[in-house]
Amino acid sequence: MAAARSGDVSSLRAAPLVELRGITKRFGSLLANDAIDLSVDAGQVLALLGENGAGKSTLTRILYGLSRADAGEIRIAGKPVTMTSPADALAAGIGMVTQEFTLVGPMTVTENLMLAGSPLGRVDRKAARARVLAASERLGVPVDPDAVVERLSVGERQRVEILKALLGDCRLLVLDEPTAVLVPADVDLLFASIRRLTAEGMAVVFISHKLHEVVDLADRIGVLRRGRLVADLPAEGLDPVAIAALMVGAAGPADADLPDDVVDEALATAVGLDGAAPSTQAGPVDQGRPAALQVTGLSLAGDPRPRLDDVSLTVRAGEIVGVAGVSGNGQTELVAALCGTTPVTTGTVRVGDAEVTGLDVAARLRAGLGRLTEDRRGSVVLGMSVEQNLVLEDLDRFRTGPFLSRRRVRAHAEALIERFDIRAAPGDPIRSLSGGNMQKVLLARALERDPTVLVASQPTRGLDVGACQYVYAQLRALRDAGSGVLLVSEDLDELIGIADRIVVLSGGRLVGEVAAADATREALGVLMTGSREHAA
Amino acid sequence: MDFPVVAVLAATLTIATPLVFGALGALLGERTGVLNLGIEGTLYAGAFIGFLVAARTGSLALATLAAVVAGALAGALMALLAVTLGVNQHVAGIGITLLLVAACDFTNRQLFGGGQQTVTEKFGRLFAGGGIVAQYPMTFVAFLVLAPAVWWVLRSTGAGLRLTAVGENPEAADTAGISVARTRWTALVVGGALMGLGGSFLTLSVLGTFTLDIVSGRGWICIALVIFGRWKVVPVVLGALLFGLFDALQLQLAITPAFGSIPNELLIALPYLVVIAALAVRGRGVRYPGAYLTAYRRA
Ligand SMILES: Nc1ncnc2c1ncn2[C@@H]1O[C@H](COP(=O)(O)OP(=O)(O)OP(=O)(O)O)[C@@H](O)[C@H]1O
Ligand SMILES: [Mg+2]
Repeated sequence: MAAARSGDVSSLRAAPLVELRGITKRFGSLLANDAIDLSVDAGQVLALLGENGAGKSTLTRILYGLSRADAGEIRIAGKPVTMTSPADALAAGIGMVTQEFTLVGPMTVTENLMLAGSPLGRVDRKAARARVLAASERLGVPVDPDAVVERLSVGERQRVEILKALLGDCRLLVLDEPTAVLVPADVDLLFASIRRLTAEGMAVVFISHKLHEVVDLADRIGVLRRGRLVADLPAEGLDPVAIAALMVGAAGPADADLPDDVVDEALATAVGLDGAAPSTQAGPVDQGRPAALQVTGLSLAGDPRPRLDDVSLTVRAGEIVGVAGVSGNGQTELVAALCGTTPVTTGTVRVGDAEVTGLDVAARLRAGLGRLTEDRRGSVVLGMSVEQNLVLEDLDRFRTGPFLSRRRVRAHAEALIERFDIRAAPGDPIRSLSGGNMQKVLLARALERDPTVLVASQPTRGLDVGACQYVYAQLRALRDAGSGVLLVSEDLDELIGIADRIVVLSGGRLVGEVAAADATREALGVLMTGSREHAA
Repeated sequence: MDFPVVAVLAATLTIATPLVFGALGALLGERTGVLNLGIEGTLYAGAFIGFLVAARTGSLALATLAAVVAGALAGALMALLAVTLGVNQHVAGIGITLLLVAACDFTNRQLFGGGQQTVTEKFGRLFAGGGIVAQYPMTFVAFLVLAPAVWWVLRSTGAGLRLTAVGENPEAADTAGISVARTRWTALVVGGALMGLGGSFLTLSVLGTFTLDIVSGRGWICIALVIFGRWKVVPVVLGALLFGLFDALQLQLAITPAFGSIPNELLIALPYLVVIAALAVRGRGVRYPGAYLTAYRRA
């Protein structure tokens, strides 16, 4: 179908809908985009692939006017245009979902969706709300129009972002990792919408690290490596393995700068993605081992239903417990309650031997809690450098008397950058990092403290296949060293692949538990959605 | 004792008027993320320019217009420094206040120095003898036109949405095709115009002349009121009325023989103390606009 469609278009062979010519962008000495030529036709889905920091977001931000290219030009239907701001891009019929959320936290979903293209004068909220509801229904993207955005989970926010982009009628839609935090059902809905829109002639540029999705959806594939476009080919006939090889450069002997095992691992994941991720459970955990995290009767009042309802669970030392569930069913609240950012209504939380229920975040961190929260941007101080962010949770260790030792902070940062392969220098402002690299900084900060228990929410969000493998290996190493891990994820393959046990959260309650060895996507899916109907 | 309740309430409204202009002007800028500490100087400039033009032309309409324009220009200067050039907002604002106060004082001494106090035309009260509603026209404008208008704009218009979006998350606004710089410029220029108008109220309505201490910290009170009101129109206006009430009370007590033993300085300090106390109570746990005090630059 895809081939037939692009065939139709190419028979007309007018100029491509959007064409990038020689786009070049430097950040200091770093060449983020190196003379990139790419084009996309009406009705076509172009997938942009590449490792973390390859330059994908930079390229699409230039296309959307969020960033100015140092050289090169953008043509729309053959005519050169200058994109000085997103307003120009919107006027030219380009819409975009950026990688980091760009929603206004204290405003409602409806208000956020009204923002683009709203007149200066009176706006009709009722009508806007109705439009949002209608669109949400038509596109199959469920959202609550009256919800305040900052109270939504990242999965729900992602839906709002997607709805925002689909609402405006554009000719080209750019989606920068829209599926990073979506559950499979939401991904299917999104893809169905995209297929319908492309059938009507819209073009889509799509960035993802999930290669099986790419194979599913794309008509063409462009692969970036360290700022250069290294492949631009039809998607037909490509499989995830071949794509992964292109990304890491296994095909080209000239790019021997990556260790072989990274390449192998990347390939292995790509292959594994068809089935479950490589499974390496340590077997059932001895129930006699001490509890690393013990949650008893945790509840969080809410309106109309409690947001968490009598949640009890134990993570033992040397165990990874996965938490599955459709986003918005209490995951955000559970993590917030465990990390001490939301006071609980009833219930207790113990980390190791210490009761931490009433303690604040800092005290919990001291008690041995490690955390990796879902909201990347909320977990770093954007105005500070990479090295400063890396020591934030542990300032005491880097003090000489009352002063912070710059030398030790720097050395610490350099070691972690090396260990976690973060593509950044210690002094770089954190806001300049690519999404995946920012995630690596957070991960490094959480893992390096050797927590008694690590509460990790979406730890591989936005990471490329190689980096995902690395995170899995790190989480396993943490477990094998005797820590407990609570892993909240919307990626069922990930949960099945690395957890020892999986509990399912639905409507704020724990509705089931399965050993990962016996778990299947289908079985979990039934628990996640089936019991919700049950509860309703 | 026979306490003049009506007179005190009438004075409350009069005293609150310049505060409503100033605070709503500041609120507009702050909702977009820019704190305009040039407010004290802008009120001063509005007061002086209004007086100057009234003294030279005898036209109150021209004088009012001139004060508005002067305020708008002061707002534009703040926008140039803080928005376009990305200068630290505190530095830019305080610099503007120092500059405007000094420039007005200098010009005042050059033009009106020596000799006796120059007195100009001034607005008369409407409904004279009508008790509480015997007020200057600008008081009606402040409470019946300006406050409802700002409230409505922020609540029900696209402009209000944009203002809030820019102040909370400029990146999101930018991505939605809203020009952050233009929105902030507009808010600061309009806000400055309101401050200029508020300043001119002191010379063109209340006094009919210009004195060096005419503003005496009202700009800073406005800044406090905006925080007190948590960037919302209704509480900001109520805060202005509260200050007005205590200032009116204080003025009344000072001329009431029964309270003659209380030091005048203490009485004058009373409304300021009330504002500080109110801030201490309400100012805790305040959620500032997300992009408060931050310049916006695209990557
Ligand atoms: N504003 C900036 N200042 C300095 N460097 C930047 C800036 N923005 C991006 N970079 C750098 O440019 C490179 C490319 O970043 P980009 O965000 O395009 O990567 P990406 O391919 O989208 O990666 P990811 O998959 O992790 O999202 C990275 O090394 C990043 O650190
Ligand atoms: Mg990116």
